[in-house]
Amino acid sequence: MVKKIFKISFILFLIFQTKSLAINPSDFVQSTVNKASDILKQNISKEEKMKKIELIAEKVVDIKGIAFYSLGSHRKSLSTEKKEEYFKVFKKYFLKSFSSRLAQYSDPKIKVGSQKKINEKYTIVSSILLATEKTPEVKLDWRIVTKNIDNPLIIDVVIEGVSLARVQREEFNSIVQNKNIDELINNLREFANK
Amino acid sequence: MFKIITVIIVTFLLSVTSYADTDGSNELSKNNIETKDCFEKINRGVFVFNQAVNDVIFEPLAKGYRKLPSPVRTGTSNALSNLSILLTLPNNILQGDILLAGKNSLRFVINTTVGILGIFDPASKVGLNEYQSEDFGQTLGRWGIGEGCYIVLPVLGPSTLRDATGSIGNYIGGDAWYNVTVRNDTRYFSNFDYYASKGMGGVDFIAKNLGALDNLEENSIDFYASVKSLYLQDRRKRIINTDEIIETFDDSDWEEIETQ
Repeated sequence: MVKKIFKISFILFLIFQTKSLAINPSDFVQSTVNKASDILKQNISKEEKMKKIELIAEKVVDIKGIAFYSLGSHRKSLSTEKKEEYFKVFKKYFLKSFSSRLAQYSDPKIKVGSQKKINEKYTIVSSILLATEKTPEVKLDWRIVTKNIDNPLIIDVVIEGVSLARVQREEFNSIVQNKNIDELINNLREFANK
Repeated sequence: MFKIITVIIVTFLLSVTSYADTDGSNELSKNNIETKDCFEKINRGVFVFNQAVNDVIFEPLAKGYRKLPSPVRTGTSNALSNLSILLTLPNNILQGDILLAGKNSLRFVINTTVGILGIFDPASKVGLNEYQSEDFGQTLGRWGIGEGCYIVLPVLGPSTLRDATGSIGNYIGGDAWYNVTVRNDTRYFSNFDYYASKGMGGVDFIAKNLGALDNLEENSIDFYASVKSLYLQDRRKRIINTDEIIETFDDSDWEEIETQ
């Protein structure tokens, strides 16, 4: 009897444990937006804001996924060493570029709305960047990687139907096609170090 | 003879990348769409020229425009949007959206009269608030004509061969605003009204996107390629006329990434 109760309790524990760890993608986006907004509201320098945003980005963005998506088909022809070199530089570039883009907003008001599960791997969360005195309302869709439901990650932001990941992919593709992968890595390094 | 050669060249270039069809959404979900940049060297040269024009003329104007009181800017933006309905209407009809053409006609009549030449937007308050502009390039896209090569037009900016070809429709009678200002000699309007409205449209667009454009330039390692991607993605979305999320990833892409 005791054994049975123990067994049931253990199973119930596991079920609740699993459920409690699962994070709803909309809540994840809302929480991320709130954290970023709290930083952007602070009366600190742009550089300090960028540093704080970089720390958040490392936790909530699938940087590796974006890095290799951005390379497109060129990733297939790279050696392991080259991939490692590329990813190391990309991460620095991405964090700087991402935080710099966000740091232009002083107090963005984002209203998170519905979510749509595309498949087991992705969920799209819709939101609206509310209009200000000078800028119109902007529709933002967040592509969330939900392969690991305990740790959802942002892999793309789609602004009014324009995917930023895709813009980056086409930008990188243009450099690799016109020059080569080393030139791309050099450009990323220059950007990260400037 | 010259006309025949022109038609042959345009047909060839348009057929270089012919992917769009009436089921554009399906095509858009594919990740391997690539619009040929057949004239990249020239395009990049024109792009640099346009950036200079933008820095010297449009951006200062847009900065000045942004200093105007908000109601003035909203009124200007509304009036320009109202004028654009004149080009949208024939395209609604050509795309088979007759109901939408009816709604847009009503919107135009209400805003031009009650809204005092479109400065105010009372139509939105009576439920006619879902307006999306259309042009002949979009209509050609809906008819299944591919983008053709990507081109950068002096001053006008990014385009494709299809969209540039489509804009010929504006000048051969398809745009009522062009007809009453430039094409026909009317007592009420002059060429200036047409070109001023077009220039103002550019300034209004830049003013609304000033921070975003500067930010994009600052954070791009190839600004030309970024603008090209933005333009092409935006046009594809406008052609399928949807607020639905367009697939920008496909599973095979992700599978490959997972095996890294």
